[in-house]
Amino acid sequence: MPERLLAGPATTIRDAMTLIDLANPTKFLSLTARVLPWLVAATAILLAIGLYQSAAAPDDYQQGATVKIMFIHVPNAWLSMFVWGVMSLAALGTLVWRHPLADVAAKAAAPIGAAFTFLALVTGSLWGRPMWGTYWEWDARLTSVLILFLMYLGLIALWRAVEDPSRAARAAAVLTLVGAINLPIIKFSVDWWNTLHQPASVMRLGGPTLDRAFLIPLLVMAAAFSLLFLTLLLAAMRNEILRRRVRSLQMIQASQRVA
Amino acid sequence: MTALAALIRRDIQIALRVGGGALIGVLFFLTVVVLMPFAVGPDLALLTRLGPAILWLGALLASLLTLDRLFMADHEDGSLDLIVMSRTPLELACAAKALAHWIAAGLPLIVATPVLGLLLNLDAPSTSAVALTLLAGTPALTFTGMIGAALAVTMHRGGLLLAVLVLPLSIPVLIFGVAASQGAITGLSFGAPFSILCALSLISFVIGPFAAAASLRHGLD
Amino acid sequence: MMSLGPYASFIVTSYALVTAVVLILIVWIALDYRNQRQRLRELDQSGVTRRSGRSPADLR
Repeated sequence: MPERLLAGPATTIRDAMTLIDLANPTKFLSLTARVLPWLVAATAILLAIGLYQSAAAPDDYQQGATVKIMFIHVPNAWLSMFVWGVMSLAALGTLVWRHPLADVAAKAAAPIGAAFTFLALVTGSLWGRPMWGTYWEWDARLTSVLILFLMYLGLIALWRAVEDPSRAARAAAVLTLVGAINLPIIKFSVDWWNTLHQPASVMRLGGPTLDRAFLIPLLVMAAAFSLLFLTLLLAAMRNEILRRRVRSLQMIQASQRVA
Repeated sequence: MTALAALIRRDIQIALRVGGGALIGVLFFLTVVVLMPFAVGPDLALLTRLGPAILWLGALLASLLTLDRLFMADHEDGSLDLIVMSRTPLELACAAKALAHWIAAGLPLIVATPVLGLLLNLDAPSTSAVALTLLAGTPALTFTGMIGAALAVTMHRGGLLLAVLVLPLSIPVLIFGVAASQGAITGLSFGAPFSILCALSLISFVIGPFAAAASLRHGLD
Repeated sequence: MMSLGPYASFIVTSYALVTAVVLILIVWIALDYRNQRQRLRELDQSGVTRRSGRSPADLR
């Protein structure tokens, strides 16, 4: 440690170059190739542990076995918002720093986030039927998550509507940042309004109110789904980089043919 | 300041003159409100209950229709590039255009509301309540819709995409607009949803111009 | 098997849907990867060169 402090500008420049290297898509591709197998393995293991713990979890005295739906509903709900947060950071990267990988990350994340939001809505609906007696209710939490899903779809439509990737990225970045307003509304909707959906029992100031027998499987599944998102995101980013490479090569090929 | 006033005046004049931008909106509003009783059935009691909702939905769809025009006409004749390049801050220019659009297209809707309320069997106090909520809420629709208009202006088939982008952002305005109307009619909570409606409009005055300006800058280069 | 109670079908359907959607995501991304690599191979064979001089089919 002391040598680093005394090393001065040379070390700093070397460290800075590593960060800038990561912005290089080629370096990113080789990093992904190395890291992806480990991520896949880690995700599979965590999912297996989580599923086993969910199956082994006791029945809730009120809800019975349907509490097991919580172990897949809540992680998907958390991720649906987390992914929009990741896309918002990427949007800042696009608009403020023009970071090349930010575009790629934002485009790759959108369909994955939409899938998680869809699953949150559907598993929530299937959980609601036995618990509340209805598949759907227009309360603040459900409505705002449905709006989030519609915004994901609009964002995906926007990505596909513009031919040039960097212009599409900038338009999508603006829409992502505007849509980020929905995130605090979703989070606090159960506190601000009288909703059918229950209030927060994990992410709250006083600490979780969930019993450990349910909290542990929930956190494991949440970690597993987060790793799943990271794995899928890196793989999708790799595809997007290759897709852009194909596009620019096809344009070179077309111009060579003309010449 | 003079530049912005000139921009507002120009936009209003164009909207009132060419192609009837303002009147088309009112006509569409009328069409929606007239179609509803055919769809719902002539049950007058039901129409009264649905009245505020139908009026709000009609106003929302009508303003969506005219939003397309906000930047597209200027983009086609090249004046959008001049506006983007001028010394006036683009955010203020966008706000000025949105204000002009609301005056030319939104206000006629509000004026038409009492007349259309008659078709829906709403009495005078109820229609006035709906008109008041529309007065507070249509600015929010225009200013948030402007974001979608700015994003869609540089795309060829932008019109449909505009609707898809703008609608999720308009849903809260619709919810609180109708809630406030119902609150005024039934005599129960009017203040809370109305304040939130006003808050939504105020927030959109800030976010709309900034987001629209950012979209125009990034989309036009 | 553990007893899932009277609402077993809801629980099973939820888990099945989550599995299905996750699998669809994985398959879609994997197929897209194969697609892009195939196209890069075709471009390589047709003789296009990248700015860096590397072959299009080279993943680095």
